[in-house]
Amino acid sequence: MASITLKLNNKNYTIEADPKMPLLWAIRDLAGLTGTKYGCGIAQCGACTVHLEGVPVRSCSVPVSSAANKNITTIEGLSTDNSTAVQRAWILEQVPQCGYCQSGQIMAASALLKRNPNPTDKDIDAAMQGHICRCGTYPRIRKAIKTAAQLMTQK
Amino acid sequence: METTSKNISRRNFIKLSGLTGTALTLGFSFSASANELDIWNAAAAESSGVELNAWISIDTNGKVTLLNHRSEMGQGSFQSVPQMIAEELEVALDQVNIIFAPGNGRKYGSQVTGGSSTIRGSYKKLLRLGASAREMLIETAAKKWGVNKSDCYAENGSVIHRASGKKFHYGELVTEAAKLEPPKDVVLKNPKDYKLIRKPLPRQDTPMKVNGKAVFGLDFKLPGMLYAVVERSPRFQGKVIKWDDTETKKVPGVKHVLKVTRDEFGNMREGVAVVADNTWAAMQGRKALKIEWDDTAFPHHSTEELYTKMRDQVKGEMISFRTMGNTTSAFAKAEKKVEATYETPYESHSCMEPLNCVANVTDDKIEIWGPIQGPDWIQQNICSHFKLPPEKVIVNMTFLGGGFGRKAFTDYPYEAVMISKEIKAPVQVIWTREDDMTIGPFRPGMVYQCKGAVTGNGRIGSFETKISGQNMDMQNPGADKTSYNGSDTEGFLEGYFESIPHYSFGDSPLDSPVPVMWWRSVYSSTNAFAFESFIDELAAQASKDPIDFRRQHLGERYQLLMNKLEQVTGWKERGKNTGYGVAITECFSSIVGEVVKVSKTADGKIKIDKVWAVMDCGWYVNPDIIKAQVEGSIVMALGAATKHETTFKDGKAVERNFDAYKMPRIQEIPEIEVHIMDNEEKAGGVGEPGLPPFTPALTNAIFDLTGTRIRRLPFSLDKTA
Ligand code: FES
Ligand code: FES
Repeated sequence: MASITLKLNNKNYTIEADPKMPLLWAIRDLAGLTGTKYGCGIAQCGACTVHLEGVPVRSCSVPVSSAANKNITTIEGLSTDNSTAVQRAWILEQVPQCGYCQSGQIMAASALLKRNPNPTDKDIDAAMQGHICRCGTYPRIRKAIKTAAQLMTQK
Repeated sequence: METTSKNISRRNFIKLSGLTGTALTLGFSFSASANELDIWNAAAAESSGVELNAWISIDTNGKVTLLNHRSEMGQGSFQSVPQMIAEELEVALDQVNIIFAPGNGRKYGSQVTGGSSTIRGSYKKLLRLGASAREMLIETAAKKWGVNKSDCYAENGSVIHRASGKKFHYGELVTEAAKLEPPKDVVLKNPKDYKLIRKPLPRQDTPMKVNGKAVFGLDFKLPGMLYAVVERSPRFQGKVIKWDDTETKKVPGVKHVLKVTRDEFGNMREGVAVVADNTWAAMQGRKALKIEWDDTAFPHHSTEELYTKMRDQVKGEMISFRTMGNTTSAFAKAEKKVEATYETPYESHSCMEPLNCVANVTDDKIEIWGPIQGPDWIQQNICSHFKLPPEKVIVNMTFLGGGFGRKAFTDYPYEAVMISKEIKAPVQVIWTREDDMTIGPFRPGMVYQCKGAVTGNGRIGSFETKISGQNMDMQNPGADKTSYNGSDTEGFLEGYFESIPHYSFGDSPLDSPVPVMWWRSVYSSTNAFAFESFIDELAAQASKDPIDFRRQHLGERYQLLMNKLEQVTGWKERGKNTGYGVAITECFSSIVGEVVKVSKTADGKIKIDKVWAVMDCGWYVNPDIIKAQVEGSIVMALGAATKHETTFKDGKAVERNFDAYKMPRIQEIPEIEVHIMDNEEKAGGVGEPGLPPFTPALTNAIFDLTGTRIRRLPFSLDKTA
C-alpha cells in the first residue's frame, strides 16, 4: 500500500492504494468519481477512458502509481453544465441510449476534436474504433462528432 | 399471498417523491383479483383502504413529479412514460421531475421490462391517468371562479378561464383538487391535438448521461459499503467441495471469504465470494483462491456436441406442434420444393454494464439497488427465499447500462442479499466482464429444418419447420416439457397463417446444462433468420420478386408497409452489381420490414452499403426514440450475424471478454434509414422488433449478389464473396 496523490479535474485526492491498482478503480472506489466506467478491464471497450495530461488513456490498464501527480480529467471534469461542444452535440443528436459507454465515447471524441477540429470519417473511425457501444449508437456518435466540430467553429 | 390492500400511507408518498407539502397524488390501484384498473386520488384511496401508487404528484408550488415504473436500460421508457402522462396532464416536460418507482407488482402491475411491453402494455391507463388529474384541476378552478367547467381549459401547468383569461397554476389548485373524486370517464385528446406525443422530443435522461451524473447500478454506493466478487463454478452446475483462502486473506483490503449460492431458475448454484474494501482488492483476492469443484453430475458439452444433438433431434419426433392441413402429403406431391437447415449460435447478452447489485440487509428489512429489469420479480424472489413480507423487501432501480433480457433474471440480486446478510454490512457484488460473459444465461443456439413447396401459380403450398434448441421455459424444476411451445412461431408473420394452406411448426427441445434466457427480441431473434431466409428461398424457387412473392400472401397492413419499403429503397429500380435483400417480421405486436443493400469490394469482401427499416408499431409516443431503437437493434443484429458467438468446450464457455467475443465497431456500421408508419393500430413494441429482420435481409441480399445462401450464423463478411 502506498499513499498516492491523484490530481483529478484540478482537485487533489490523497488515497491509500496498492500501486498496481488500475487507475479506474482508484478513481471509482477510492476517489468516488463514478462517471468513468468499467466495461472489460482489458483495454478492449474504451468505457474507462480518461485524459492523462490531455491524452486519452484506458484507465483500466494504467496502474494508479503511474498517474500520481499528473493531471487527470474524467467526464466530470469536462464540464458539469454540459457546456462543451461535444456534450452539446451529444444532446443535440440524442446519442445516448443506456448511456453506459458514453463517458468513454465523449472523452475520446473530445480528445479527437482537440487535436483535429475538423475530422474526416476516417479520422473518426481511427479515434473511435476502440469504443464499444452495445446499444449501437454509432451512427449518432459519428453525427455528433461532426456537429461538435461545427459548434466549435461558431464560438 | 395477501389479497387485501393495505392502507395508504401518505407519508410514504412524500418520502418517495422527495416532495414537501405534496397535495395531489394520483395513481392506479390494481385489485388483487382482477386486472381492472381504478384511478384514485390520495384522499379517496385513504378512506377506502386502497393502496395507491402515485404516478403523478403535484405540490403546492406546482412542481409535478411523475413516476416511471419501468426500467430505463436505453430503450427510452424514462422519457416515454412521462411523455404520455404529461400530454394529457397538460404540462411541459421541462416542468416535471421524473423518478423511478421501486419494485412492487401489486402497486404498479407488472414492472418486468421485457417483451417490449412498456408502452403497449400501459399506454391507455397512463393517458387516462393524466387526463383524470387534468379534469380534477379544471373542476377545482371552475368552482373557485364560479364558472362552468367547459369554459376553462388547461395548458402548460395552469388552468385558464377562456373568457376572462384568468389563470391558476396547478400548485394553487392541488389542495382542493385532491379532495375530489377522480372522474369516472375522461375524454382523451384527439391525436391530432397532441403537443408531446408523436413529437421527437429530446430525452430527459440525456443531459445526465453526458456528464457522468446518471447513476447506474455499478455507481451506487452506501456508507460503509464493501465490494464483492464471486468465483462461480466454471462448469454450469458445479458444486463447491472445499476451498483454500490462505493467500486470499493476505491481500490487503480483503475482509471476508464465504460460500454463496445463486438462484438460477429455482436451482441453487454455488460459488465462493471474496469481500473487500474496494473492487480491485476483491478481484486480487479472488485470483488467489483455490477451489475444488464437484462437476461430475452433468455432461461437459462442446459446441459441436450440442449441435450434433440438435441436428439429430430435428430429424426425429417433435414433442409439440402447431399445424394446419398436412405438410407431409403436400410436400410429397409438390413439384417445386425446397429443403434447408438453418443454425444460429449461442450468444451472450454482454450489456456494457456488467451485472452488479447492491444489497443492505438489516434487522428489519432488505434493501436492494441495482440495474434491474424486473423489480417486482426480484421482490417476490427475495420475499420467498428469506420469508419476508413485501413491505420489508425494497427493490430500487438505478439506470441500467443495457439489459437485453439478462437483467430481468433474479440471480444476481439474490447473491448480493445473501452476502450482505452473512457479513452484516452493505455490499456491492460486481460481475467482472469474464463472469458476465461465461456464466450465462445465454441466448440458446438453435437448429431449424425447413421444408416447403410452391404451387403452380407461385404461391406457398406448404411450410414446415422442425426446431431444436434449448427451451427457455423448461429450466425450472418441474417445468412442463410436453405442451406446445407457442414461441416456435414468434417472428413469423400472422398473415402467413391465414394464407398458407399447409403449415406445421414442431419442436424438440434440447436438454443441456447451459442456462439460457431471453435475448433482445427473444425467439424472434433466431426464428426470423430461418423463416425469412426460407421465404426468400421459396420466392427464388417460384422465380418471383421477393417483395411481390410476400405480397400475394399478406393483408392490407403488410401491403402498406411493403409499399413504403419499395418506395424508400427504390426497390424496383435497383441496379446491377448490388445485392438487395428484404425481410419482414412480426415481434411483440409490431411489424418491421428491412432492406439491406450490399456490394463487393475491390478485394472481394462484402460491404453493407445501406440498411432501410420501416417500423409499424401502431400508436406511438416518440419517433426519435423509435429510430434510435431500430438503429441499435440493427447494430446488435449485425454483431450476432457477423461478429460474435459463444462457444463451449469441455463444459465451459470459451469467449471470456471482448478480445474474443468481438463487437461491431464504428467503422463497420452502415448507413441506417428508419421510417415509421403512421396509423391508429394498437401500440406495439419498440425496443426489440427492429432486430429480427436484419439478419435474413442481409443474407438474402448476399444471395441476390452472389448466389450463395448463408444458413449458419455467424459468418464473416470478409470471407463470403
Ligand atoms: S474497461 Fe478499460 S477499456 Fe474496457
Ligand atoms: S449507449 Fe448503451 S452501450 Fe452505448
